[in-house]
Amino acid sequence: MSAAKSHLEVLPPSVQVVLALGLVALAAFPFVSTDFYASMVARMMILAIFAMSLDLLQGVTGLVSLGHAAFFGLSGYALAFMTPASGPASLWWALPGAVAASGLAALLIGFFVVRTHGIYFIMVTMAFAQMVFYLFFDNKALGGSDGLYIDFRPDAKLFDLEDRRVFYYFTLAVLVAVYAFLRRLLWSPFGRVLAGIRVNEHRMRAMGYGTFGYKLSAFTLAGALAGLAGFLWAVQTGYMNPELMGFHLSAHAIMMVILGGMGNFAGAIVGAFAFEWVLHEFKDLPAIGGFNTGKHWQLWMGLFIVAVVILAPRGLLGMVASLFSRKESGRG
Amino acid sequence: MTFATFLIQLLNSVQYGLLLFMLAAGLTLIFGIMGVVNLAHGSFYMLGAYLAWWLASLVGNLAIAIAVGALVAVAFGLLLERLLFRHFYHRDHLDQVLMTFGLIYIFEEMRSILWGDDVHGVPVPALLADSIALSDAQSYPVYRLFMSAVCIALATGLYLLISRTRLGMKIRAGAFNRDMAEALGVNIRRIHAVVFALGVGLATIAGMIAAPISSVYPNMGSQVLILSFVVVVIGGIGSVRGALISALLVGLVDTFGKVLLPAVSGMLVYMLMAAVLLWKPEGLFKQ
Repeated sequence: MSAAKSHLEVLPPSVQVVLALGLVALAAFPFVSTDFYASMVARMMILAIFAMSLDLLQGVTGLVSLGHAAFFGLSGYALAFMTPASGPASLWWALPGAVAASGLAALLIGFFVVRTHGIYFIMVTMAFAQMVFYLFFDNKALGGSDGLYIDFRPDAKLFDLEDRRVFYYFTLAVLVAVYAFLRRLLWSPFGRVLAGIRVNEHRMRAMGYGTFGYKLSAFTLAGALAGLAGFLWAVQTGYMNPELMGFHLSAHAIMMVILGGMGNFAGAIVGAFAFEWVLHEFKDLPAIGGFNTGKHWQLWMGLFIVAVVILAPRGLLGMVASLFSRKESGRG
Repeated sequence: MTFATFLIQLLNSVQYGLLLFMLAAGLTLIFGIMGVVNLAHGSFYMLGAYLAWWLASLVGNLAIAIAVGALVAVAFGLLLERLLFRHFYHRDHLDQVLMTFGLIYIFEEMRSILWGDDVHGVPVPALLADSIALSDAQSYPVYRLFMSAVCIALATGLYLLISRTRLGMKIRAGAFNRDMAEALGVNIRRIHAVVFALGVGLATIAGMIAAPISSVYPNMGSQVLILSFVVVVIGGIGSVRGALISALLVGLVDTFGKVLLPAVSGMLVYMLMAAVLLWKPEGLFKQ
């Protein structure tokens, strides 16, 4: 389906330099910025983890999920339920528990959706996410339309997540760990099979690979990693509501992956930062005359999305790569 | 459940199912023939409802508002197809998803700038404001019957158009084998434009006739969009007949679910979809 689109699996040196500089910048950022911007960047890192988890499906395996936010939200809710009313939950129980909850849900939903292809997959993932949305939206016991508060950040014993800076570096560490894990996965035999499924699933089947199992594993893993991001989101904001599982966030994640450049995880990170920054700028636009341009941020965002799809289908990383190298690394 | 209650729910479910069909028919045709997944289809429903409210308050007559609105919608559909969608027929689904998602934002803000963010009610026309008594305490509004009648008339018209006219023959030929149809002299570009405008028109009319009973509010398109997707998935992509049967089924499950199992009613339709997927991954009437 998306086989024709070029995938920068091997990152050219120019891109690697940019990424290394980015990591240095992220590590130094809390020392040079205000709390407001540090927590904004922490949120961007969380969404970058979320975008990377989607990239495993979208960029690597060629499965376009429009319901990925469901797994993001589920683990946040799991944290809310695991946090007692009287005090914090232990991070070392809550984190694996919440991630497992998302992974389990992804396994269950994946069992149904992975047997569909192309356009069906898009519609069905969206529909299942909506089902999860209604499960929480309709039930008062699950928070209903108001959502749930998480009054205490999980207790990590070794460090204190209540401290903004500690939370920032914890998130950065998770981001780096997930990136390293996924890059390693991309070049493992498992990752190669997923890439093979993207390029030609029939051929992979003919070669004897049980593609259903591989796709289901990818879907489950992606769901669990989305849960990791959702867990961090819940810790940071202390609040979960059903809207976080809606299809707007799912579509934003698709956009982040496209914007950065898909199939290599680095693009997902770049895309998440760029998307959130653009969103922030649009919401901050001043009023011109009687017309409040910032209030109508959705208009600019809509135009921005349409423009990116038309003008830069290879994403920002693709642009960086072709800027620094004369020879085209793939067809656009 | 008394018989009168049962009858009311049955009529409601048919009416709701037919309304969903109006959206799903366009979605399934646009996908089946042009291969485009259109997330902005729900926005046409929303724009239709606002258009009906705005035109009705201008001319004071819902029927005229709907007639004018339908023409505006078809013209808008033709324009949109020419400027944007035509260039996405051969792009992959990912690009289509994002482009049409961007359109959702654009259409919502267009609505916000033109008509504001308020919720509006649209009065039921006096001629149809009656209700039919079913028992001492219960009655059924005539307007809902009228809605069902309009949907049935349009569905019949669509059926006749596709199966009995020369244009319909060309549409079917284009869906079956695009290149062959083109080689035989069918202007496939014009067929695409017609089908797209038809889909936009149906979704807009659905929004306009639904306006008096559902009221008019921002983002009203997203819920019907997702339910229309479910209808299309259950019915099988590209099949109008499948969309009709599955829309009625979804209407039935959703309406009776709300009465009988209120705690899980929001999820029932999706469980139905899951069950169908297990049984027939390509939908009930995949062509």
